[in-house]
Amino acid sequence: MENMVNIYLFGKKYEVPASLTIMKAMEHAGYQLVRGCGCRNGFCGACTTIYRIKGQTELKVCLACSTQVEEGMYIATLPYFPLVKKVYDIEKIKPTEQIMMQLYPEIYACIGCNSCTKKCTQGLDVMQYIAYAQRGEYENCAEESFDCVMCGCCSSGCPAGISHPQVAMLARRLVGKYIAPNCDHLDQRVEEIARGDFKATVEALMQKPLEELKELYNNRDIEK
Amino acid sequence: MYKNPEIAESLKKVEATRQARFEARDTIKRMTADEKDAILRAYHPDYKEENFENLIVGVNKGDKVPHELAAYLQAHSRIKGKNIDLENPKYDVDVLVIGGGGAGSSAAIEAHNAGANVMMVTKLRIGDANSMMAEGGIQAADKPNDSPAQHYIDVMGGGHFANRPELVAKLVSDAPEAIQWLNHLGVEFDKTEDGTMVTTHGGGTSRKRMHACKDYSGAEIMRTLRDEVLNREIPVVEFTAAIELIKDDEGKIAGAVLLNMETEEIMVARAKCVVIATGGAGRMHYQNFPTSNHYGATADGLVLGYRAGAKLLYADTLQYHPTGAAFPEQILGALVTEKVRSLGAQLVNKDGVAYIHPLETRDVNASGIIRECSDRGNGVPTGTGKAVWLDTPMIEMIGGEGTILKRIPAMYRMFAKYGIDIRKEPILVYPTLHYQNGGLEITPDGMTGIKNLFVAGEAVGGIHGRNRLMGNSLLDIIVFGRNAGKESGKAFKSVKLGKLTLDHVDKFEAELDKAGVKTELRSPKLLPNYTTRKDI
Repeated sequence: MENMVNIYLFGKKYEVPASLTIMKAMEHAGYQLVRGCGCRNGFCGACTTIYRIKGQTELKVCLACSTQVEEGMYIATLPYFPLVKKVYDIEKIKPTEQIMMQLYPEIYACIGCNSCTKKCTQGLDVMQYIAYAQRGEYENCAEESFDCVMCGCCSSGCPAGISHPQVAMLARRLVGKYIAPNCDHLDQRVEEIARGDFKATVEALMQKPLEELKELYNNRDIEK
Repeated sequence: MYKNPEIAESLKKVEATRQARFEARDTIKRMTADEKDAILRAYHPDYKEENFENLIVGVNKGDKVPHELAAYLQAHSRIKGKNIDLENPKYDVDVLVIGGGGAGSSAAIEAHNAGANVMMVTKLRIGDANSMMAEGGIQAADKPNDSPAQHYIDVMGGGHFANRPELVAKLVSDAPEAIQWLNHLGVEFDKTEDGTMVTTHGGGTSRKRMHACKDYSGAEIMRTLRDEVLNREIPVVEFTAAIELIKDDEGKIAGAVLLNMETEEIMVARAKCVVIATGGAGRMHYQNFPTSNHYGATADGLVLGYRAGAKLLYADTLQYHPTGAAFPEQILGALVTEKVRSLGAQLVNKDGVAYIHPLETRDVNASGIIRECSDRGNGVPTGTGKAVWLDTPMIEMIGGEGTILKRIPAMYRMFAKYGIDIRKEPILVYPTLHYQNGGLEITPDGMTGIKNLFVAGEAVGGIHGRNRLMGNSLLDIIVFGRNAGKESGKAFKSVKLGKLTLDHVDKFEAELDKAGVKTELRSPKLLPNYTTRKDI
């Protein structure tokens, strides 16, 4: 007999196999999911879920696709979280401290309660990356926030009304575009291709009889 | 943390042989062309004839496709018996992009650049796509020891020379610019302090040209593209699927019939150009394989295009990623990035033998695992099936302590949630349905045989031949997504739409009838049904 547990989906009790994730348990219970289900593997942030274990006071957050059910779980999914996303032109903004003040001034109202960090489904130090953003340390902010799946849990309890994932998104784009060192070999190769340097060799390959191409492939040297 | 005694016993052998395997790691032979051919024929799911059938209706009549796909290609339209008002469309745009993944987003951005009034529809959210889950990286020949020609040879060989040469030429020649474009949008590639790209091998590459953003490569690219689409305020209509294409009375594309996934309202979008960017088909679970794909990967674009008369190419070839998670059960089928092998982890059987080179192409390595777990009897029983080991602790022996957290944090996290520390313990893997090699046939301008109907991304067939190399799909969604955006951004300017019609849908229904197809199915599938209910 399969090991079963009792869970409560939106307050209604269901008995489900203990080995399931919350997402699979919902499906097992009969839900044909339309919302709150994306990659099913912890990358897309579509299946933010809050739960409380019967008899405990702590309200926990997780991704339904990668959290196993437990006995007495009271579960509610949050398939959409209204984050504030400011619109900007990446070509026109500059990676200065002013840009954060301009687009996301609420980050300076952080009171240091650390609710965001406690709620992160990825285990990130969210409050720390917001502190980096406040100080204009975008590289640190980008690194600290890199594994963010933008589910929005962090923002759900923020007394300052910060949309943490969007702040981090801006920081990462600033770093990627303006702060990280430029890649010279890439620019050079793009220029060479635009000049047509490789056109003839590629075209020659396209014309090659199959046997010759196979020969080339089977005997190509492979970089160690 | 492996408690099962059979697994634990095999684990001991893996640990006992690790040092010797580490020392001999450069001596593992690669297979010859003949050996590869033989193993594929004997073990690759694409060669299991009983799992395929020939289409009896439509432009690819007589061609072989998986049973599950045939059923949906030859199913009834979701609008059968419904009256669709084509005269008063809810939306009227220049370019309609169907699909909110990397290809669709790239297309939307470029069409917007070209001055088109663009709209995106997606049945889930923008970013709920396989693009988001691509972990390992993106190929481009941008290093001095590499060239587009070298990349071309790898792509053709990997695809068993079935690839369309003109599409491959475009893929490899536009690759460096695709990376530069992403970098300029703010994508954070792994670089050294002087800006040099950190690149590695993938299975079947002859140069280290795999660019990455840790093991969140697709997520980093996808979230940046999504941010850019939103910055441009391109309308994104979420939870809205395209369920049929619309043509005009001259046979040109003219829009799509849309379905609100929540309210089930049916709407019409008129468009001068349409870009199909609906992605793959893992959720069709061909041959009952688990899948690494996102929830919406149900071959919708193939169905839409096929019913409208667009041709399919290589719809019989699928990619089974060799390393799907096989344990614990909660993550069965989830992708374990090829980068794990790029960084040095070996594939090891139950006796601790490294039975194959870890960087053979995906189809060969998938076949190798199936062989170990079937005829050779060298698989490890997992409780749900058999598997082989992927010896992750070797990564830190080769790359030094800390390599795993730095280079593959997502993999660490995925297994840590279930008590397995991949720095210290190997993981169990088995092939998972990963990628649709085939799809709709296009010319290098991204267009199908139907005028102004473009396709980009995984829904395209022919770029990767019969097997795609790691890092070439993130590349193809950018190259061909941008291309479709630019070309549709040009094409719409001279389009004069005639009267809108759904005659092709009626014609297809008549063909089904004539061919004697008896089915209750309606397509596209849109979402898989994982409930245990019998009533839906």
